[in-house]
Amino acid sequence: MRAIKYGDNVDTDVIIPARYLNMSAPEDLKAHCMEDLDRDFPEKVRGGAIVVGGANFGCGSSREHAPLALKASGVAAVVAGSFARIFYRNAINIGLTIIESPEASAGISDGDDVEVTDGAVRNNTTGAVYPAPPFPQFIKDVIGAGGLLAALKAEG
Amino acid sequence: MAMTASQKILAAHAGLDQVSPGQLVKAKVDLVLGNDITSPVALAAYREAGFGKVFDPERIALVMDHFTPNKDIKAAEQCREVRLFAREQGIKHFYDVGEMGVEHALLPEKGLAAPGELIIGADSHTCTYGALNAFSTGVGSTDMAAGMAKGIAWFKVPAALRFTLTGSLGRWVSGKDVILHIIGMIGVDGALYRSMEFTGPGVAALGIDDRLCVANMAIEAGAKNGIFPADSVTRAYLRGRVSRAWTETDADAGAEYERDCTIDLSAVRPTVAAPHLPGNAVTLDGIPEAPIDQVVIGSCTNGRISDLRIAAEVLKGRKAAKDVRVVIIPATQLIYRQAIDEGLVGIFLDAGCAVSTPTCGPCLGGHMGILAKGERAVATTNRNFVGRMGHPESEVYLASPAVAAASAVLGRVGSPEEL
Repeated sequence: MRAIKYGDNVDTDVIIPARYLNMSAPEDLKAHCMEDLDRDFPEKVRGGAIVVGGANFGCGSSREHAPLALKASGVAAVVAGSFARIFYRNAINIGLTIIESPEASAGISDGDDVEVTDGAVRNNTTGAVYPAPPFPQFIKDVIGAGGLLAALKAEG
Repeated sequence: MAMTASQKILAAHAGLDQVSPGQLVKAKVDLVLGNDITSPVALAAYREAGFGKVFDPERIALVMDHFTPNKDIKAAEQCREVRLFAREQGIKHFYDVGEMGVEHALLPEKGLAAPGELIIGADSHTCTYGALNAFSTGVGSTDMAAGMAKGIAWFKVPAALRFTLTGSLGRWVSGKDVILHIIGMIGVDGALYRSMEFTGPGVAALGIDDRLCVANMAIEAGAKNGIFPADSVTRAYLRGRVSRAWTETDADAGAEYERDCTIDLSAVRPTVAAPHLPGNAVTLDGIPEAPIDQVVIGSCTNGRISDLRIAAEVLKGRKAAKDVRVVIIPATQLIYRQAIDEGLVGIFLDAGCAVSTPTCGPCLGGHMGILAKGERAVATTNRNFVGRMGHPESEVYLASPAVAAASAVLGRVGSPEEL
């Protein structure tokens, strides 16, 4: 899958600008995802992509619309050097794959062919493999159930 | 093992004697907050999960503040959805136009946050209530839905940074300058996943509005929460607002901090954050000539009565510069009323400012003061990301109410000392 690479501190205001928060359906949000940062995003993400960010990806507002917009756009995973904490938990809660790996973030260039499989990020362009740090069991359970609410339902 | 104040509050709500950094806990929350932007997403998730009645209709606060009074049809539909849910569920703390305020100014004012409490809100600035010695933190809409249904949330126990405050603030220096200075020092991810705990003799010299402002922007350093100790200033604020028992919580002696910083409040100078990151802190003498088009004084960061008093002190008998639009937004109905009663609104009107009903409006580029391409604003808000207040090619300088008011008169980013 194509890697779309951005820098540090990609904030939720550029992932989905607040002027569109009068809507919340993922399909509506998708139409404006990343538009203040990268006008070519809809073209790049077509057919699926992996977004690669630097440090502090998803900083700023708590809007869950941000991971929802990325997921609806066809982003299969976000790989970043580090994640802002609310974005991190939102992504887990809605079932968007995230991988925190400064090595992968540094070693992937825009346009590389990348895949996320078996707990690792593979850069097929360079041949490098970056192991993803394992999640704690509780978070694995949330992801396994398909999100937080599904996990809570399963608990009863 | 000794715990930080934040860890002690989490442990108490998780039913544990002891927690340590990195541990995942499920904890009971005292209050769950949502607004008109984040609640609709939470309600969709809530319904999809098939949840019925909320865990406690008295422990949920829904505040219609972001796009209110409704800016367009879609915003109106979103508020309507939340309003119907609030009615159907008998939500006690539902605040709509006419009694609402910017949520993080409103909740403390209504007595909904107290020492030792654990509060989650689907809004990143929920960290504000740390000023009242609560552990409060922003979450997303799914967490909000889970919180409303079950009264619990999951947390990774944070490590912490300690900021020991000494001295007292100089003339025209406020909590805003302190927190911008700190974010500039540690960076926008300098406290990522961590607590920021404020302590030291300087705390006593900070009023509650300054503490609320400092705690409010902990998220701008990436922090999970910011927290102050409870003292006589806190108790004086809580008196008449909170009638339930609370638990004042201090860090244990010997609690571990990853980093220790001492901030001499008397050495902090008026500070702004230049575009496009809250961490781009510069003192005013370091700013090149920057003409401005708009000033916004308000928000969950600086829309409180003491903020308006300072702005009025600067604007009294003066006029906003020609070609500068000044929008002043008292953060709650009560603050609005106080500002009228104290004559502040008259001063603002005489100075050529627009005074608005409470709303988050322009802070997030929603309405009530959007910037055109190439325009520049000075705002007492909390974020200056690309496109935050309007066009992606507009600029926002974050500043204190004193600096914002002075800039309004000067027509450029400037200090009250220049007037």
